[in-house]
Amino acid sequence: MLSFIISAIRLGMAFLFGSTGETIAEKSGHLNLGIPGVMCVGAAMGCYAEYLYLDAAKRNAVSVLAILIPIAATFIGGALMGLLYSFLTVTLRANQNVTGLALTTFGVGLSDYMINKTGPIYTKGSKYFTTSLPFADDLGWFGKIFLSHGVLIYLAIIIALLTSYVLTKTRVGLHLRSVGENPATADAVGINVAKYRYAATCIGCGIAGLGGLSFVMDYLHGNWEYCIDAIGWLAIALVIFTVWKPNLGIIGSIVFGALYIASSYITGVSFAGKELFKMLPYIVTIVVLIITSIMDKKENQPPLGLGLNYFREER
Amino acid sequence: MSNNVAIELVNISKYFGNNVANKNINLKVNSGEILSILGENGSGKTTLMNMIAGIYYPDEGQIFINGEEVSIKSPKDAFDYKIGMVHQHFKLVDVFSAAENIVLGLNEKFNLKKAVSSVAQIAHKYGFEIDPKKKVYEMSVSEKQTVEIIKVLYRGADILILDEPTAVLTPQETQKLFNVLRKMKEDGKSIIIITHKLHEVLSLSDKVAVLRKGEYIGTVNTAETNEAQLTEMMVGEKITLNIERSEPNNVEDRLIVKDLDCINRDGVKVLDDVTFTARSGEILGIAGIAGSGQRELLEAIAGLQKLDSGEIFYNDPKTNKVENLRNKTPIQIRDLGVRLSFVPEDRLGMGLVGNMDIIDNMMLRSYKNGHSIFLERKAPKDLAENVIESLNVITPGATTPVRRLSGGNVQKVLVGREIASAPTVLLAAYPVRGLDIGASYTIYNLLNEQKENGVAVVFVGEDLDVLIELCDRIMVIGSGKVTGIVDGRTATKEEIGLLMTKTEDKYEKEEQ
Amino acid sequence: MGKENKKIKTVPFHIVKRDPMAWYYNLLIRAAAVVAALIVSAVFITLMTQKNPIEVYASMIDGAFGIKTNNVDLRALRIWSLLQNVAILLCISLAVTPAFKMRFWNCGAEGQVLVGGLATVMVMMFCGDKLSMPVLIIVMVLASVTAGIIWAVLPAIFKSLWNTNETLFTLMMNYVAIQLIAFFLKYFVKSGSGVLSPMPQFGLPIIAGKDYLLNIIIVAVITVLVYIYLKYTKQGYEISVVGESENTAKYIGINVKKVIIRTLIVSGAICGIAGLLLVGGTNHTISTTTAGGRGFTAIMVSWLAKFNPLYMVFTSFLIVFFEIGSKQVSTDFRIPNAISDIVTGIILFFIIGSEFFLQYKIVVNKNRKENV
Repeated sequence: MLSFIISAIRLGMAFLFGSTGETIAEKSGHLNLGIPGVMCVGAAMGCYAEYLYLDAAKRNAVSVLAILIPIAATFIGGALMGLLYSFLTVTLRANQNVTGLALTTFGVGLSDYMINKTGPIYTKGSKYFTTSLPFADDLGWFGKIFLSHGVLIYLAIIIALLTSYVLTKTRVGLHLRSVGENPATADAVGINVAKYRYAATCIGCGIAGLGGLSFVMDYLHGNWEYCIDAIGWLAIALVIFTVWKPNLGIIGSIVFGALYIASSYITGVSFAGKELFKMLPYIVTIVVLIITSIMDKKENQPPLGLGLNYFREER
Repeated sequence: MSNNVAIELVNISKYFGNNVANKNINLKVNSGEILSILGENGSGKTTLMNMIAGIYYPDEGQIFINGEEVSIKSPKDAFDYKIGMVHQHFKLVDVFSAAENIVLGLNEKFNLKKAVSSVAQIAHKYGFEIDPKKKVYEMSVSEKQTVEIIKVLYRGADILILDEPTAVLTPQETQKLFNVLRKMKEDGKSIIIITHKLHEVLSLSDKVAVLRKGEYIGTVNTAETNEAQLTEMMVGEKITLNIERSEPNNVEDRLIVKDLDCINRDGVKVLDDVTFTARSGEILGIAGIAGSGQRELLEAIAGLQKLDSGEIFYNDPKTNKVENLRNKTPIQIRDLGVRLSFVPEDRLGMGLVGNMDIIDNMMLRSYKNGHSIFLERKAPKDLAENVIESLNVITPGATTPVRRLSGGNVQKVLVGREIASAPTVLLAAYPVRGLDIGASYTIYNLLNEQKENGVAVVFVGEDLDVLIELCDRIMVIGSGKVTGIVDGRTATKEEIGLLMTKTEDKYEKEEQ
Repeated sequence: MGKENKKIKTVPFHIVKRDPMAWYYNLLIRAAAVVAALIVSAVFITLMTQKNPIEVYASMIDGAFGIKTNNVDLRALRIWSLLQNVAILLCISLAVTPAFKMRFWNCGAEGQVLVGGLATVMVMMFCGDKLSMPVLIIVMVLASVTAGIIWAVLPAIFKSLWNTNETLFTLMMNYVAIQLIAFFLKYFVKSGSGVLSPMPQFGLPIIAGKDYLLNIIIVAVITVLVYIYLKYTKQGYEISVVGESENTAKYIGINVKKVIIRTLIVSGAICGIAGLLLVGGTNHTISTTTAGGRGFTAIMVSWLAKFNPLYMVFTSFLIVFFEIGSKQVSTDFRIPNAISDIVTGIILFFIIGSEFFLQYKIVVNKNRKENV
């Protein structure tokens, strides 16, 4: 049970990064269906950077650098993907859905390519990421659930809380939300819609990329698996599941994590039956989607300008 | 009044594709002065102001603020030059509160509490009423306008532009607004107000600039002008509003509407006990402030709006059978043999499909005819050519998407289609909105023609002069209630204006 | 910024919407985009492989048409394989098109194709030796079409009842389908390997000795049918009206809910057929990657062709050409297969981006000093 919860948390944080990043983009009005590709590229960039660093440093690797370098590389990789998306949708005003899907195709391909070049094992790197507080194990179940994780897990929660705060309590958040709700209004009061959309999407994609890294390093212990895009789609679903609230996302992501791994922890189910269990998170998302659409509450609706590009001189 | 020139435009031009929106416009406004920009719909007033506010960028010409040439690239630049614009379609974020909307876009430290108190201060200074914490989606139109104006003032604007601010207001609210504007003028602010209502121009402004079809006609001092001169400048030639009105013939009760009640999504009663009769061979006008339930009423009759109670009886002229249309779909209504045509307010969003060509738009009403699974495009093509020919629609051809036609031609296509089916009832919501005088008269003539053919015409209008000249009877509604039905031949504007703003408790007070 | 700034700031250019242009100009811009994409992807591959870009192009064309080989059979095989892939992608693109024209973002073609294939494979497995060939084929068609319809119509029903977001609903349905197949493979494959060996004996008939000819003919027929359906039938007209403006649809009395559900039945049925062709006509088995992401690529194919079935023949050919071509490059130069996804992505970015130049133009602002 304990290891189930811990695994759920570790996997959940990959979702959380993804959904926090997507929430930021969606609040700016960008429905970014490229998140799966972004998470793949983010993970691949991080792994690749880790590989290069450990290869270069050999035995002299410093754990701080072994963590920071991949994180920075991941963030930059994700943000670059966001830049590409924003260039197409903001500057060239391309259809967001199509651009997002193309980004996913491209991202999945690019990450496969990069991983193929280095070989898909990063266990050495993963050790740095899963290093936790030394006394965590001494504190029994409490320590194991709350303190036994690597740095990315806590980073996910901090980023989610911070995003939540910025969105609701600061001017930047107010401006960002206005850009997503009604870009013409935001523009008329002098908010640079393009700048906010670029920034939100790049930062959002950077954060989402960390989800890919967290998935490989924390959950898979450095074993690359070609299913990060599936995590990405679920992260997008999680945004709706948590009605665009990153703080709710913390709970939501753990629930998603639990559902995702439930099949491997349930006993008495055949090998084949477990495959059916893996449908759970998708089915739960569908159910939540249906329930929120039936309830139809004003505050639970997506940003009004979501998916629409803005052109000031539109007539 | 100081003679300091606050803003000056020199030879400003703006083109949209091949359309000239503004051509060589020159304007000058002093501080402490109110300038009206007068012009018909489509004369380029809003486009011009949008260039000052940084929404559009001029293709040619120069803008001077306080004597210095400037380039206003964005609304932010406009704010930096202390220019603020209140758009006709409010630019507010619905899910934000008034205060949040007001501070939106500013760079000062984010402090909503402080903002709330400064908003209250501004409101007090100029005599506004506002609740800074109220969410915009819960507000009335006039409240939203107040938020817009305070938003501009909060930014310290010295030059205020208001685009058709009175279009959505009651006469009382208009007076209140004008008082506020006069206070601002005393405060040394320059105000530019866009309008097409002559009496407002005369009562409020110091100077009037007139535009016609995108061109600058001239500026006159209000004190030295009169309605006739302004009208002439505006329309190019002296036109007295003179619509021919024939006596109703063969009058029969065609549509009997009884006790309609309708509650909208937000729980507001948009139709309240509406009862009236529309007769054949007669034009029934409907007057009222925009958003008083006109749209819901017509949509209810056309089968697009669910009703909470009430009945709509249709008296068939051929069989004399009476059908109840309440809560029937448009298809069911047509299947009953009721020939009901509807020209909705939202032409390209409802009446027509912008991206389809004229032929396919003609087909909207008739595409289901016949049993084949395939479309029959021959008849719609003939109809399209017929409408283009007889109504003088200016278009490259019948296969041009209607989106690319001008407003007047779009409306001709829509009205042409709706009357082609030889209706017995014709509902028209604001059919001349945005049309120039020529196109408006085409529409008036079409309505009159229908009336003479024995059609029961229901005409929702906003210009009281037109309603009085065109309609046989005028029904006035306010807040979803019928406040009176008057004879079009004897009614006065004042009488209708009073009925428009009459609410129940006022009515009772007056009776006491 | 502001008054103290004496110099007049001018913007060098601004962007305006342009009037629709002549068809040759449209074509020119698109062609330019494809050429630019070719150059960029060649540069990319060259950087990766350190090979002459001309060789890379040659390898691409070789992959698609077999130009380098003297082996006639191999060349024919490559060309047939190219056509077969175009046919399948085109089929799925045609399937999503009616839904997209209605602005229903059906991102679930992947799943709809997979369940269609699953239904086919199950019929082959359980009824293959019990039924005569004609009956078997009829049952296969019915099963695959029904499965595709079920997968597509579920989101449509909820969309029409409660406006449930269809993009996410259909996306999730993809993964449910994938898991369903994973379950099927583990449960019914007795060896436990999870790999089902092909059953060509129960596949669709082979015409004129060409493996894929039947697939190609069927898709060609579907292309024409979808074109006619969208352009010349009343139902197609209703789809356009609902897609352009739901308000207009209501105004003229179209039952929008009915149209949404009906259109997704059409969409799902064609996806089911695509699954049938993939399983019954090509692979004769199924795996979780049978659809291979074509459900997503099809969305882009359809969109790039402006939802016109005839243009889709070209867009799907273009995409498949690059995919197969870059796979050949990866074999020839021993670089990872993923290169084909990357190249496809690059192509898509360029074509998506080129749309901008069709709709907008950049106006260079005149120098003000000349005016004064």
